[in-house]
Amino acid sequence: MKKMIALALAAMMVVSMFAGCGGSSTGTPATEAPAANAPAAAPAEGAAPAIKIGLSGPMTGGASEYGLAVRGGMEIAVAEINAKGGLQIEFKSEDDQADGSDLAVSSYNSLKDWGMQILAGAVTTGSALAIAAETVNDQIFMLTPSASAEDVANTGANVYQMCFTDPNQGASAAELMKAKWPDATIGVIYDSSDAYSAGIRDGFLAKAKELGLNVAVDNAAFTADNKADLSAQVTMCKDAGCDLVFLPFYYTEAAQVLTYANTVGYAPTFFGCDGMDGILNVEGFDTALAEGLVLMTPFDASATDEATVAFVEQFKANNGGKVPNQFAADGYDVIYALYNACVAAGVDGNTPAADVCAALQEQFATMKVDGLTGSGMTWDENGMISKAPAAMVVTNGVYVPVA
Amino acid sequence: MKKLLNNKAARTNLITYLVVVLAFLAMQLMNSAGMLGSSMKGFLVPICVYISLAVSLNLLVGICGELSLGHAGFMGIGAFSGILIAALLKNTIPNDFLRLLCAMLGGGVFAGVVGFVIGVPVLRLRGDYLAIVTLAFGEIMKNIVGNLYAGTDAEGFHIAISTSRMPLGEGGKYIINGPLGATGIQKLATFSMGFLLVLFTLFVVLNLINSKEGRAIKAVRDNRIAAESVGINVTAFRMKAFVVSAFLAGMAGALFGLNYSSVTATKFNFNTSINILVFVVLGGMGNILGSVISATVLYILPEAMRSLQDYRMILYAIVLIVVMLCTWSPKVKEYLSVAADKALGIFRKKEVGTNE
Repeated sequence: MKKMIALALAAMMVVSMFAGCGGSSTGTPATEAPAANAPAAAPAEGAAPAIKIGLSGPMTGGASEYGLAVRGGMEIAVAEINAKGGLQIEFKSEDDQADGSDLAVSSYNSLKDWGMQILAGAVTTGSALAIAAETVNDQIFMLTPSASAEDVANTGANVYQMCFTDPNQGASAAELMKAKWPDATIGVIYDSSDAYSAGIRDGFLAKAKELGLNVAVDNAAFTADNKADLSAQVTMCKDAGCDLVFLPFYYTEAAQVLTYANTVGYAPTFFGCDGMDGILNVEGFDTALAEGLVLMTPFDASATDEATVAFVEQFKANNGGKVPNQFAADGYDVIYALYNACVAAGVDGNTPAADVCAALQEQFATMKVDGLTGSGMTWDENGMISKAPAAMVVTNGVYVPVA
Repeated sequence: MKKLLNNKAARTNLITYLVVVLAFLAMQLMNSAGMLGSSMKGFLVPICVYISLAVSLNLLVGICGELSLGHAGFMGIGAFSGILIAALLKNTIPNDFLRLLCAMLGGGVFAGVVGFVIGVPVLRLRGDYLAIVTLAFGEIMKNIVGNLYAGTDAEGFHIAISTSRMPLGEGGKYIINGPLGATGIQKLATFSMGFLLVLFTLFVVLNLINSKEGRAIKAVRDNRIAAESVGINVTAFRMKAFVVSAFLAGMAGALFGLNYSSVTATKFNFNTSINILVFVVLGGMGNILGSVISATVLYILPEAMRSLQDYRMILYAIVLIVVMLCTWSPKVKEYLSVAADKALGIFRKKEVGTNE
């Protein structure tokens, strides 16, 4: 008898545990009619309910820097749009810890349970790949601000990118080098455990071979686990006599490379990609070392046009004086691109997600967007963006377009 | 039946199976009644995977007394070999269920073989060497798979370990794509298969524990010298536990890999190994039902706390510390047992009254 009671209790505990968790998430099935019984979060005038845009990105863990920047940029855009009146946006972000499988999918699922109609994510390539396949099944429109692998956009017709694809960026870098430094001896340092870095390197090497560039070092690799010290990779380039070093990775590691190169008196031209943006704001980094650094970035926080200045000020005010990087700018542009498309297509919080998806696909095929990261941006049939790559050189602590 | 219930080990095993079966039935019922949201549905398969991982690691840590810090490495081997097998058998075995079964068995065998190869030199050593080597093994696996390319094109199947992307011919399709991991996986995993995996894992581990071999393994854990003196081949029995544990982890990994459309090698890192170890430690060393419950609760916990936004991982850590204190501190334990006795006392009195 006692055993039976104990057994029943144990079983009940397990079931109630499941039920407890299921309860919080048994909302509206997002794919059917997300707005049917969603609370009216819309303004008081009795207008259509707000459209629900979700973001999945790393808000905790090692890559949280990128997720938080995107979120910061998106929140500014949402606040601006909601202040305008008209179509309102309800925005929610979830943490995927930059994971490429279960955590990303569960982040996406919890957004779906919330009633998300459009996904403005994911931030990192790994998570985006895991989530993109789910959005294809659910027919939820996806525009990622920063997941740059080609495979992301190729997952399905409803997946779009706001950033350059990696191989594309590598190829543009090679073309720029051919134009400006045709005789340079080139060294490449890269992060072999990172799809972004490895993708750019692959695109770069393919194009460099085609253009006949002199690449002396192409295997100076590090991984996410041993990036605390990059002196060996710098020494490889130095010993090979490279006078142009290509750094297709993020600015935190690039700051280490520049610092170490300075201590050993090695001063080639350093060349970075869009991940390099932000190097002038690394804490404890002597920005004088970045003098002469060339980088390809679509966003320049020191630009003087009205939109950028307003954005940078607002971002600083919201984030304790932090200067926004290209992740934040991409996030801002994503929300505006989605907003413009929604207004043009006439969708709102009442439209089922699958219909929003179809309407936005139509819009994105023909739409032109002006934003912080480029003007006249358009998308091709695969969902990849086309915008002009801008090369900057750091001069006196600010970006100046490469002459 | 009565004899079975009087045997303490058999009774605990029965309860373990019953809890798992009842939980499965309850979830199936709730699912068919449409009571589960997308999040909850998404948790079903990974929970089964983590239960299997925790139970198989418990065999190694709790029963055999060896500390492994590379369990996620075996999971990773299982995942990637399972994905490869499932992709390559696509045309040979059209039935999804059979293909998934083949992939899981293949993943398990691969992981088991690798476990054997690692075990040969290491299990002969004494002390903490196994922990150190399994830790290194997990990292090595992650880096190898990060540079592994496999794919098919018109000329057939290609596989390479290289620093740049392996080129594929016309119509080529990557199955494993270096740092991008495995992409475009056809999702085969189902909750029913997850349930079968948990049952299989429990069956293997519980039967092993209560067999002649299991007693020998426990003897090795408790006193190596005494075990040797009665003629137990210490290395062989430790090896048995290690390979079985790796095999089960490989099967679970294959199911995990085939539950998502993309999986990266970085998933199977040190953190995941430690996570599984946390499930085992908090569930109780050597306590199989404890592992099942703690894996379920601890997997859902951070997800259930999503409403706390950025603070959830901090709270998760605090919960772990509190649970640790509650289960290990003698004072808290004493307090809890007194409280439990009082609560049970009510039942006991009633029972006495009705029976006699």
